[in-house]
This record gives sequence, structure tokens and C-alpha cells, in this order.
Amino acid sequence: MSDALLAVRDLKAFYGDFQALHGVSLTLGKGEVLSLIGANGAGKSTLLKAICGLVVAEPGAITWRGNPIGGTPASEIVRRGIALVPEGRRLFASLSVEENLVLGGSMRRPGPWTLLTVYELFPILAEKRDVPSTSLSGGQQQMVAIGRALMSNPELILLDELSLGLAPVVIKDIYQMLPRIIGGGMSAILVEQDVTRALAAAGQVICLQKGRVSLAGPPGAFTRDQISAAYFGT
Amino acid sequence: MGWINAIVQGVLVGGLYALYAAGLSLIFGVMRLVNIAHGDLIVLASYVALAVVWGTGLHPLAALILVIPVMAAIGYALQRGIFNHTLGNDLLPPLLVSFGLSVILQNGLLGIFTADSRRLNAGAMETATFSTVPGVDIGLMPLLMFLTAIAVIAGLQYIFYRTGLGRAFRATSDDKEIAQLMGIDNKHVYGLAMALCLAVVAIAGVFLAIRANFDPAQGPGRLIFGFEAVIIGGLGSLWGTLAGGVILGVAQGLGAQINPGWQLLAGHLAFLIVLAVRPKGLLPRIEG
Repeated sequence: MSDALLAVRDLKAFYGDFQALHGVSLTLGKGEVLSLIGANGAGKSTLLKAICGLVVAEPGAITWRGNPIGGTPASEIVRRGIALVPEGRRLFASLSVEENLVLGGSMRRPGPWTLLTVYELFPILAEKRDVPSTSLSGGQQQMVAIGRALMSNPELILLDELSLGLAPVVIKDIYQMLPRIIGGGMSAILVEQDVTRALAAAGQVICLQKGRVSLAGPPGAFTRDQISAAYFGT
Repeated sequence: MGWINAIVQGVLVGGLYALYAAGLSLIFGVMRLVNIAHGDLIVLASYVALAVVWGTGLHPLAALILVIPVMAAIGYALQRGIFNHTLGNDLLPPLLVSFGLSVILQNGLLGIFTADSRRLNAGAMETATFSTVPGVDIGLMPLLMFLTAIAVIAGLQYIFYRTGLGRAFRATSDDKEIAQLMGIDNKHVYGLAMALCLAVVAIAGVFLAIRANFDPAQGPGRLIFGFEAVIIGGLGSLWGTLAGGVILGVAQGLGAQINPGWQLLAGHLAFLIVLAVRPKGLLPRIEG
């Protein structure tokens, strides 16, 4: 446990009086990919937001390289090497494609990702670097969102619903690129509604149900019925 | 020729209104804050300039070297100390707090400087004029105000669209939650935006103090002119504020040409007409 890159222990999270997470725990090592599955409202996005500082957590509930980071401002957490690709992309509408990417690199850590390498990964973005980010197609916007997160050279990337609202052919393309995106020893937590894709992409799967962990372990360890029961609570 | 002169003078005074409006527009654009105390902050800048001129003997325009950083520091402190705590999904708290600040500023200035009218003396340049067309005299000070307004708005436009700080302003305005994930400290960025706003207010305050008598109760009137220029120009559009200021100034000039008592009324009517015909203003940038 002590060599875990990220450790979440008994994490509780609230939106006002509503408790979204009821004591969630997980650990993630360097280079590991974890898939987080669960129905809508299960708490998947809340967990990612708590890890990256957008939802307040108890200081000791989240540790990064052994140091407590719960409650640390999001602007500080990105410096430490955690980046989020948010659900729905959420690009900055008044910024061009390149400005979005440059802003993502404001807190650059040493690493392979630069404007040049992001453009190599997604050549279409180089062609559209000066256009407003919101004038792109959904798939291209997702590329900007991924590139923006990579620009900080994170050690852990949180990918929230990459496939949301995208055409199947675009989803396929993005998932084919996933090994290149999270290669080089980067760890990842992948939130995905498409369970088949989520299981195929990860070495570890956690299912959340109503803010609690209902299943955790390597994807091959569970039958389809077990996963279905953990997912739907049946 | 009197009508042409009225239009020319209106255009020039529009520069001052644009200076009133630019800071309002900037703050609304970055953090959706409607600052009711904006006019009182302009008057505060006039009094800071008065104190600097009294204390140092500097020319009022040279006093800007001190007034701008002092007002910028006040702006940063106000934002970090007060306004940041009021910002959220509800527009009402910042509105009420800025209204309270307006009352405090007016009464504070009244207590310190009394209700006496004051003025800053800029010497011979106040009355210097030159004539391009017979019957149309252009004053050096109004021309300087207008050119300063253009330079200030061009400068703000440059900061907004060509610098890292401007990128942070726009990103925070677009999505303040996700902006934090880019390493942006929203509270600091808002503080810098208010500091920039009050740096512009400092320039407006010094020109106000040179152009006419001022007293602690003049803030709400300056706020109205600023608001009208912002609304005429279009919310969030910096060049729009210049257009709005010029339209307001020209309307006032033409109104005064018809009847001196109609000066302010004509400006308000122009504002109402634009509001009725183009509610989003002439050059709107912000939607929704």
C-alpha cells in the first residue's frame, strides 16, 4: 500500500446536505489503469472531482505519493501531477484551440507533452489551432480536452466519460489512441458508461453504486452477472 | 456650425464616459459582478488625486503615477477582502455589498473632505484649444481625454486577447471551475481584474477632477453614465464601451444644443432608444 501513487481511504463527499460518496476506498500504482463504472448518479464524477480538488474532501481521505491532498485547491493539485478530462469536455469557449492547449500547460511539469507532441497525436488540431474551440466537432473537442490535460504532463490522468455524446466511430478512434495517451508510465482512472470498453482498457475495475464501492478487483475476476448486479444493484 | 461643434464636443466627452464604462464592462465580463460602487470609486480616485496633488505639488496628470498604483492596490484588496466572498451563483449578494460600499464611500469622503466642491487645476492646458474648421474649437484636454480612452481600451483589448493574464481572465469567465484545473487561482485572477479596473478608474477620476468640480455625492451620476455607455455599446465589449460613450456624449451635446436643460435628458433618451431597439447593445460579446 505504501508504494501506491494514489490512495483513497473512506472518502465521503457532499453537495450541501446531499452525501454523494459514502466511504469510498481505492489504491492506484504507477502506470496502472483503473476503470470506474456505475450507473448515472453513482458518484463516479464526484470521486474524480474529489481527487482533483473540485469537491472538498477530508485531508487524509486522499493521499498522493503518501502526502494528504484532500481539501487542497484544484489549482495546486494540477501542479502535483493530476489532470482531469472533464465530462462534457468543458472547453473554454472564448479561447482558440491553441489557447486552450497553452492554458492546459500553464503548470507544466517536465515531460514529453508539448504543443508539438499533442499536435502529432491529433494532427487535425494543428490545422484548426486558431479557430474557436467550440466550433469543432464533438470528437475534435474531446481531442482538445485530452490534449489540454496532457499539456501539464500529469502522472495521473482522470478521464471522465470520454465517449459521452460522440459517434461510435469517433469513440473507437479515441480508444485506439488510449495506449498512446496514457503510455510512458502514466496512470489513469477511466470513467466509462460502456462497461465492455471500460473492462477492456483497465487492469483494475471498481463499480460504484449509490456512492459506495459495490465491486472491486481485476476485470477478469468477475462474471457478467456479478458485474450486472454490482452495477444495477439487482 | 453649432451642430457640428456639438457633435465634436460630444464625441470628445464620450471618451471620458468610455473610461467610466471600461472598468464596469471589464468586471462584468470577467466575474459577472455589477459594481454599484463603481461611480463612487471614480470619485474616490479624484480625491486620492487631490490628496496626492496637495501632498506632493505634482501636476494632476503627473499624479497619475501614484494614483494608478494606489487605486489598483485598493481594487485588489477590495476584491480579495470583500467581493470574492460574495461571488457565487446568485447575483444579489455582490449587488447588495457593492451598494453598501457605495454608501460607505460617499459618507467616508464626506467625513474626510466635507461636502465642498473641489477641482484639480491642470494649468494652461485646461483652456488650450485649436481650431481645425472655423467655428469648431477643439480643447486640448478633451482631446487628450478622448485619445487616452482609445489608448486605454486598446491596452485592455491587448491584455485580454494577447497575454497570459487575458487568457486567464477569459478562461475564468468561461468556466471558473475548470479554470482551476489549469492552475488558475480564481480569487487571485479576480483580484487582478479589479486592480486593472481601478487602474482605469484612477485615470477616469483624474480627468473628472480636472474637467469639472467634484464632491462626494457625484458617484451615482458617474455610475449611470458608465452603465449607459456599457449597455449602449454591448455587455462585455470593450470597443463597444467607446462607441457607447461617444453615442451618449453626442446625444447629450445635441440635447444641449437644442436646449441647455435637455443635455442629460437627451443622453438618457438615446440610452432608452438603444435599449428598446437593440437590447443587447450595438457590439455585444456576452450572450445569456
